[in-house]
Amino acid sequence: MQYALIFAEPATEFQKRNDPAAAPAYWGAWTGYIGAMRAAGVMTGGHGLEPPILATTLRLRDGQRHVQDGPYADSKEQLGGFVAIEVPDLDTALEWASRSPAAAVGSVEIRPILLAPADA
Amino acid sequence: MSAAAAAELAARQAYGRLVAILAARTRDVAAAEDALSEAFHAALRRWPETGMPENPVAWLLTAARRQHGHAHRHIQVRAAAEPTLRLLLEEAPETADIPDRRLQLLMVCAHPAIALEAQAPLMLQTVLGLDAARIAACFLTSPAAMSQRLVRAKARIRDAGIGFELPGAAELPARLDSVMNAIYAAFGTGWADLLADGAGGTGLVEEAIWLARLLVALLPGAPEPKGLLALMLYAAARRGARRDAAGRFVPLSAQDPQAWSRAFIAEAEALLRDAARAALPGRFQIEAAIQSVHVEARITGADRAAALLALYDLLARLSPTAGVLVARAAAIADAGHAQAALRELDGLAGELAGYQPWWATRAHVLGLLGEAEAAREARRRAAGLAEDPAVRAWLLGAQDHAGPRNQA
Repeated sequence: MQYALIFAEPATEFQKRNDPAAAPAYWGAWTGYIGAMRAAGVMTGGHGLEPPILATTLRLRDGQRHVQDGPYADSKEQLGGFVAIEVPDLDTALEWASRSPAAAVGSVEIRPILLAPADA
Repeated sequence: MSAAAAAELAARQAYGRLVAILAARTRDVAAAEDALSEAFHAALRRWPETGMPENPVAWLLTAARRQHGHAHRHIQVRAAAEPTLRLLLEEAPETADIPDRRLQLLMVCAHPAIALEAQAPLMLQTVLGLDAARIAACFLTSPAAMSQRLVRAKARIRDAGIGFELPGAAELPARLDSVMNAIYAAFGTGWADLLADGAGGTGLVEEAIWLARLLVALLPGAPEPKGLLALMLYAAARRGARRDAAGRFVPLSAQDPQAWSRAFIAEAEALLRDAARAALPGRFQIEAAIQSVHVEARITGADRAAALLALYDLLARLSPTAGVLVARAAAIADAGHAQAALRELDGLAGELAGYQPWWATRAHVLGLLGEAEAAREARRRAAGLAEDPAVRAWLLGAQDHAGPRNQA
């Protein structure tokens, strides 16, 4: 099964990225985690994302473009990145999700990746 | 046992085994059930007439294979069942000497990704083969709503990719807990129905005991499933003694031990002794031990209040639920510390003001303290909250000193 692990982080985590005192530990944890997934050969793709303050959201309504400064939903936790993995089952995906730095401070959503019928 | 009952028992044993085998590969429980359903219908028609086949699983496989042959000619068989039927041909050896993967199936049903309220119904359907209408009656929902709940849960097993492998050692205890909690929740639901109608109930109590027996058989080395089964057997043993001839509620302290099922109690005692050898106490073992002490005290007349309190102390540490904390307060009172019991109850007052056992226990404790008027008032409140009419009548008619204890 292919899953997306979607990492949501609170504002305090995004702040750590550029905080000289906290950044090494923050990036170290993520680098170690991504490295472990690569070493295990389960990761098939993914990216980290810049903080939600840099997000722009667009909606088309009645032909009108509504462009909004900020993410699509205003919530305590915001999308910080995602990876795609290939593992045997949900429990294995949950195991990888639980090892992510986001699991303890934010949340990780695990979703099966939608495959085109030819790939399924 | 009648031929029909024997056929049903054999079919039921085989049903969960075959679903577990077929779904393990595809994760498609619904397709597995579809593939097997005709074979089981045929079995339940034929076996009572022809007698039981020597190997029911093999018989069912042959019937399912024949059904597979039909499937090529009759296109109305669901397309989704087709790959499963093919799998049946590949996987199942002629001898039908197939492994028992029902533990895996139980753990899939109790996976945390499955909605809590769907877990026990899912077990009843996939492991025991009960139909949605029967399960709906057990859980007091409409057949349509229950069908939908089950369909959704099975789609989730398949589409979210819930694996049929046993969880690793780190996850196993939590998953086993989920399985046991789902079985016990089913038992509790069935028990509530028994209380409500006072008659035979929906049969859910028996089905839950069946599942607990299966779990014990599948995990013979694990003590907690034995504790769970023992707890359920103690309750079931006293089922007939809970009402007098006029249908009135009879509390444990007034029940006639002669009316208890000796066979169930003996089995429960043996299970509990067996479980204790592992020296790994758990919530269900302790609750069963409490039942054991109650039974012993009633039969021998010995005062076991101190032993009960020690067990409740342990239980409250492991599982501090409202029911346990209130029962512990009653045990404190019965051990001769009514004042301390009242303080415990006062400490729980905020959260439990709408909880019938809290008021009933409070009435009991106030009665022990000689506060007759306050006890009567508490008992009226308890009666107002009681769902079982017989319990309500008993609470309203009880003497001031009579306890509300052990209404099961």
